[in-house]
Amino acid sequence: MSDCADVIIAGGGIIGCACAYYLAKRGCSVIVLESSDHIGNGGSSRNGGGVRQSGRDPRELPLAMYGIKNLWPSLSDELEVDCEYHQDGNLRLGKTEEHINILRGLTTRAKACGLEVEMIDAEAVQSINPYLSKEVAGASWCPTDGHANPLTTTLGYYKTARKLGVRFITGEPVTELRKIRGKVRRVVTSNGNIYEGETIIVAAGLFSRPILNSIGIDIPMQKVMLEALVTEARAHMFDQMLGTAEADFYGHQTKHGSFVFGGTLGLEGFTRDNGTPVTNSLAASSTCRGIIKYFPMLADAKIVRTWAGWMDLCADKVPVISPVDEAPGLIAACGFSGHGFGIAPAVGYNLAQLVTEGRTDVNLHDLRYNRFCAKA
Amino acid sequence: MYTINDRSRDIGEFIPAEDDDMLICRCEEITKGEIRRAVHDGMFTLTEIRRYLRTGMGLCQGQTCSRLVKGIVAKELGISPAELEPATARVPMRPIEMNILAAEETEAI
Repeated sequence: MSDCADVIIAGGGIIGCACAYYLAKRGCSVIVLESSDHIGNGGSSRNGGGVRQSGRDPRELPLAMYGIKNLWPSLSDELEVDCEYHQDGNLRLGKTEEHINILRGLTTRAKACGLEVEMIDAEAVQSINPYLSKEVAGASWCPTDGHANPLTTTLGYYKTARKLGVRFITGEPVTELRKIRGKVRRVVTSNGNIYEGETIIVAAGLFSRPILNSIGIDIPMQKVMLEALVTEARAHMFDQMLGTAEADFYGHQTKHGSFVFGGTLGLEGFTRDNGTPVTNSLAASSTCRGIIKYFPMLADAKIVRTWAGWMDLCADKVPVISPVDEAPGLIAACGFSGHGFGIAPAVGYNLAQLVTEGRTDVNLHDLRYNRFCAKA
Repeated sequence: MYTINDRSRDIGEFIPAEDDDMLICRCEEITKGEIRRAVHDGMFTLTEIRRYLRTGMGLCQGQTCSRLVKGIVAKELGISPAELEPATARVPMRPIEMNILAAEETEAI
């Protein structure tokens, strides 16, 4: 089989798989190189499944809005898997005056970007979700937000892209990019294999930094561990995506009936590096305390599984989705900072446009690779 | 640690079998046929099978079915079960109520 293709993608996560799918649909030949043994083994399989616009930075909000309007509603049919997409709104909850002030600020900023989001009072919160603690004083409410299943969505992109002829190779870590006559064309892996393409997309999460460093491009990002947990299945309670002003937990009830919740421990960025993301013994307990404060009735729900994952936290907490001027032929799509899942379909779709038409529906200028500069 | 694995290699067509309706993962009610089809959809590792179908994600966390799933996937791929890495075991080993986990000491020791 040929090691040449129109597009070589470093990274078999949801971004790489979505790019591969939309490129193959447009008739491109594509090879995806994934470093680990499994497709979607990083943040793609470890996130909380939010498909959210509210709470997003205005620079990446247009991508979120584009995906929710154009791609998410038909994604299950298109990928022939159940993405479990629900568009039943996002409640960001607050209990204290301080929380409400945080939420007001977020709401005002999102409204200015044209997002349909509003502040609602305690009574309105109870009417949307009667299972919440009576202590909830108010919330921000974005009715067009939702959630989906990251596992089936990621593997759905993989499955359909593979069916369209995309070649996926796992256990093939990209270590180096090489230029030929001033254009990035070659991709070298740690197994000593060389792949060649007209366009190279680097979507390797955390590992994008050393790959881009090989041709002198550096994107300021670092790895921060995040953790999540899942409960046993319970009778259906609610369909909204939930978050809190304090970010002590976020999550939703899945189609399966289990609740997937993520939470923060307070030591993010300083947890021990075990080489692989290993759960911290303090994290699940901390998240459970956060959940019980808002859902007293879930106190006896059993936790069946906990897991951790690295996020590729960019210096300004929004991703780089950009061609690289100094390296014609190269596109970077990395640094998704823990909120890449919901925008992944829009990223894949727009990058396929960029490769095949030289333009994108969503203006990606604010996400360019060279936006980082030192303070004045 | 990682093994190169070309997902475009030919593993043959999916051939329906008489026992495809047999339940393999009892917690999540996944059949042998679903597992075999998932392999043909490209799910070549036990981790991918688990994420795609939920095998071993129920209350027993795969303690009952993981060996069976491994055998089925290996046979479908035409390799030895020994070549397949088990999916990662995750804490807690037994389901634990939230209020028990939440009650740990929060004061610095």
